[in-house]
Amino acid sequence: MKERLQSLKEEALDQVKTVTDQQALQDIRVHYLGKKGQITEVLKGMGKLSKEERPIIGQLANEVRDVITEAIEGKKSKLEEEAIEKQLEEETIDVTLPGKPTQVGGSHLLMNVIRDIEDLFTSMGYQVAEGPEVETDYYNFEALNLPKGHPARDMQDSFYITEELLMRTHTSPVQARTMNKHEGKGPVKIICPGKVYRRDTDDATHSHQFTQIEGLYVDENVRMSDLKGTLNALAKHLFGEEREIRLRPSFFPFTEPSVEMDISCKVCSGKGCSVCKKTGWIEILGAGLVHPNVLEMAGFDPEKYSGFAFGMGPERIAMLKYGIEDIRHFYTNDVRFLKQFHRV
Amino acid sequence: MFVSTNWLKQYVDIDHVSVNQLAEDITKTGVEVEQVFPPTMDDEHLVVGYVQQCEQHPNADKLNLCQVDVGQGETAQIVCGATNVAQGQYVVVAKPGAVLPGDFKIKKAKLRGETSEGMICSLQELGVDEKYIDDEFKDGIYVIQDEVEAGQLAAPLLNLNDSIIEFDLTPNRSDCLSVIGMAYEVAAMYNQDVKLPEVNVKEDQEQSSDYIDVEIEDEQANPYYGAWVIKDLEVKSSPLWLQNRLISSGVRPINNIVDVTNYVLLEYGQPLHAFDYERFGSQKVVTRLAKEGETIKTLDGEERTLSSHHLVITNGEESHAIAGVMGGEDSEVQEDTTTVLLEAAYFDPQTIRQSSKEHGIRSEASVRFEKGLDITRVKEAASRAAQLLAELGGGKVLGSIVEEGSTDWTHDQVSFNQSEMEQRIGAEISLGEMKRIIDRLQFDYEVDGETITVTAPPRRQDIKIKEDMIEEIARLYGYDNIPYTLPTGEMRQGGLTHRQKLLRQVHEYLQSTGLYEAVTYSLTTERNAERFMSPDVTSLSVTPVQLAMPMSDLHSHLRLSAIPELLASLQYNVARNQYNVGLYELGSVYAQINGQGTQPEERTRVSAAVTGLWENHPWQGVKKPVDFFALKGIVEGLLDYLAVDGVEFERGQLEELHPGRTAVVKLNGDIIGYIGQLHPTVQKEHDLQETYVFDLNLEAILEGSNTREGYTPITKYPAIAQDLAFVVAQDVPAAQLEQAIMTQGQPHLHSVRVFDVYEGEHMEEGKKSIAFNLIFQNNERTLKDEEIEEARESIVNHLESEYNAVLRG
Ligand SMILES: [Zn+2]
Repeated sequence: MKERLQSLKEEALDQVKTVTDQQALQDIRVHYLGKKGQITEVLKGMGKLSKEERPIIGQLANEVRDVITEAIEGKKSKLEEEAIEKQLEEETIDVTLPGKPTQVGGSHLLMNVIRDIEDLFTSMGYQVAEGPEVETDYYNFEALNLPKGHPARDMQDSFYITEELLMRTHTSPVQARTMNKHEGKGPVKIICPGKVYRRDTDDATHSHQFTQIEGLYVDENVRMSDLKGTLNALAKHLFGEEREIRLRPSFFPFTEPSVEMDISCKVCSGKGCSVCKKTGWIEILGAGLVHPNVLEMAGFDPEKYSGFAFGMGPERIAMLKYGIEDIRHFYTNDVRFLKQFHRV
Repeated sequence: MFVSTNWLKQYVDIDHVSVNQLAEDITKTGVEVEQVFPPTMDDEHLVVGYVQQCEQHPNADKLNLCQVDVGQGETAQIVCGATNVAQGQYVVVAKPGAVLPGDFKIKKAKLRGETSEGMICSLQELGVDEKYIDDEFKDGIYVIQDEVEAGQLAAPLLNLNDSIIEFDLTPNRSDCLSVIGMAYEVAAMYNQDVKLPEVNVKEDQEQSSDYIDVEIEDEQANPYYGAWVIKDLEVKSSPLWLQNRLISSGVRPINNIVDVTNYVLLEYGQPLHAFDYERFGSQKVVTRLAKEGETIKTLDGEERTLSSHHLVITNGEESHAIAGVMGGEDSEVQEDTTTVLLEAAYFDPQTIRQSSKEHGIRSEASVRFEKGLDITRVKEAASRAAQLLAELGGGKVLGSIVEEGSTDWTHDQVSFNQSEMEQRIGAEISLGEMKRIIDRLQFDYEVDGETITVTAPPRRQDIKIKEDMIEEIARLYGYDNIPYTLPTGEMRQGGLTHRQKLLRQVHEYLQSTGLYEAVTYSLTTERNAERFMSPDVTSLSVTPVQLAMPMSDLHSHLRLSAIPELLASLQYNVARNQYNVGLYELGSVYAQINGQGTQPEERTRVSAAVTGLWENHPWQGVKKPVDFFALKGIVEGLLDYLAVDGVEFERGQLEELHPGRTAVVKLNGDIIGYIGQLHPTVQKEHDLQETYVFDLNLEAILEGSNTREGYTPITKYPAIAQDLAFVVAQDVPAAQLEQAIMTQGQPHLHSVRVFDVYEGEHMEEGKKSIAFNLIFQNNERTLKDEEIEEARESIVNHLESEYNAVLRG
């Protein structure tokens, strides 16, 4: 029996050594160690042994069983490891292939500029006011100190619908409408963005439809220096802390005095280049103190109240900021353009 | 407007500043400078030469060999190819070392064996614009007509050393429409005096009134008219200095008579007109409003028809000028003119503006008249012209101008208080400083305590109210010197309104679905304005608002849907090989609901148009074109995002859309918009593949948007899912079955959703299989099997009896 056990051990260890898959290993376990396995079979003949031999053979059988079990366990974990290795290898991918695109759209550059300016001014206590794009002649012109026949109406040739109705040429009528609603009581602190329309042939620098954003602040004791400080904050917000501003005289019928604001040229730092037409300055917006006629028509006492107003073109700001050369890009909605500016 | 700095120097001392500094200073204090044109040449190698001898070049037929006296006893031999060079001429010589415009360096050279020490120049070679060059000198060298000396510097003689400033004048500063006006502005800036020209006219014994009489019919349109007769004139070219002044201002020299009137116009800003007295045809000037339909042939050769609001200058019978705009051809000064009728008048700005606009003529004269002139200087300007006509045309100025009307001017007085002025500007400016500034402006004023009362001079008609003086003082004090402050008034809560915040969220949501925000035109074609109208717009029975005078048919009507313009954008992209495009827009449509001529109501709509692939990941085999349900998903998501209840989708019809793939969207039973595929013919028309659109009334959606109050606790009891599949007729809408299941499944059915639809093979003709996933839920307890079974039975029975549905498997 001793020899039989020994030879079973040799046989089993040999088989374990050569086996290559888990199922075969399991079969080996059953074959040698199972309830009806070889070792059990051998031990069935124990009855024929002497009392002295029994414990010796019993011990030997246990030893053989342990050795085989150990060998199987060892082989099992080895095979498992190999299987995982194999799986990992099989599952390896080319990580340089393109990822699955996440579908995200984006906002329009003009609207980014407008929202950015809205956010700046709402943080400074302004509210966003809106009004109709088809305006009455009264609000678009007369209430803004541009009576019928005023020479400055030439400056803004407009799309009339009837004699009394037109596509608004600026967002200033929103200022007049808002002031009216305040019934002569300040403060009025608003920012008015929106679409406006003028009789221009569309080309690289003109568009019959464009956007504007205007601001108005009416209160007691509003000063020119307040306008200067406000515009300075705006210019630095839009174009960077290192930009300087300057005001210079201009003319708008609804403000007196009227000014235009320039910022120092970023390209040449004020030395003069082709971008700033050699002046070192770039024109950004028009502004001024609200004309007393405008205040009065909107029901405010110009002796008690004063105010400032300013207006700018988001197209111009975007064009300067990003070096965009053609205003039509804002209205063709070319996705190759839109995708470049999909967020603020 | 172009201003010559050489000319400006005659009236104000600007020698201490460079032209660039001057330009920057004027821009900062008064008038914007558009551009500075530096001198074309300022070179001492450019001199006047006297052609002593001119003979043919021995070795070249077409060349001349000239001996030219170039001053200081020096004679230069110059080879010249011009055909008009001749002995005895004074010409412009570029000596070796000269650099002509275009960086053309003149060197001593040998031409066909003969030495040439320089070049005799044409005006083109000296950088003079062709349009200012007399025909006589266009194809050859320039021959100086004035009295000059050999060796004299030629650059100043031809004004080539001038720097010219182009101004962009604002409409309020008509005072700067003249060199003298500009001189006042510069003088105020640099605290200088203005040196006005000395005007003295030697009048003849003979009186103008013996030749002419003046009658004004409409004093409102023509407050003043002066007529002056100058006899014995000789019409010829003007001297160089005068031509230079005109050219530097962008005016082409014509002859001495016309040039003098133009010169005075530029110098004083007062337009004048010279009629040929003989051709004027009567001894009486009558200014009147034109007769309706009357015609006149103007100086530019055009026959023009007049209306009764156009002012004309007549001889009592025929019109000889459209007042302030352009003279007539019949009485134009010509070479044989000897007697001139000089007009110096003041016309009503509005009248001239209308006339100029309606005739499409913007002349140097009309531009000035329409802005309002300094009426007190009309006569002075006339005298200046008379003086020059006598000097340059040898004319005899007849005694006293014949006048009608008046040149009286009512001065505006403007009072303001020093501390109020300081407060409004926001800078400390003392009374003394304010006075100094007003002195610089040369305005008269009186001071009473803190109050300053200014009398604005008639050249500054823009000074009418206190605020105008704020501007004068602030700009000359210097905007750079005003501090930066922020408003100190009562702090107000700023920020966006609820609606504005919601709108921003709508943008964010739509962008998160993969759509790009578009901005399109509100003005569209007549046809597009009537297309893609949602039934909720159609039901308003409005017609598109039309522009009175559109610039083109492309933008003549206001839109009632943004879809046509969005489709144009898709088409634009596809034509540029951008095939997968999804755009949306939040914008107004314009519905004139209160009838023709009323202000339309502007309603915000949300619209989108999508074409091409909606999902695109080709190497993993994902390439899904956009379909109806992609857009429906976006719309459902939006309504869900805004917590809008009561939404239904129904089959709908729209002419431009696919009849089988269109849904109207209803909110509480009312249509608020549509979703659908473009009709194949419309797709083809736009060169588009399958394209889907939606157009919804955003106002209605925002109105239906619920604000969340409180929250629904998360239940700890399990939800129970059940799947039910039925076979029903194909045309039974899924939404109806869903609705029926929902009703029958109460009180515990929480949600129902279609998870499978099948028709075709293995399915009876005209039938479909549709499967639903049902979720039962009770927030207070665990549901019993019997409760679920009961609901299920009720659902099955109802669907069997109402929809002839058969439960599957
Ligand atoms: Zn620059």
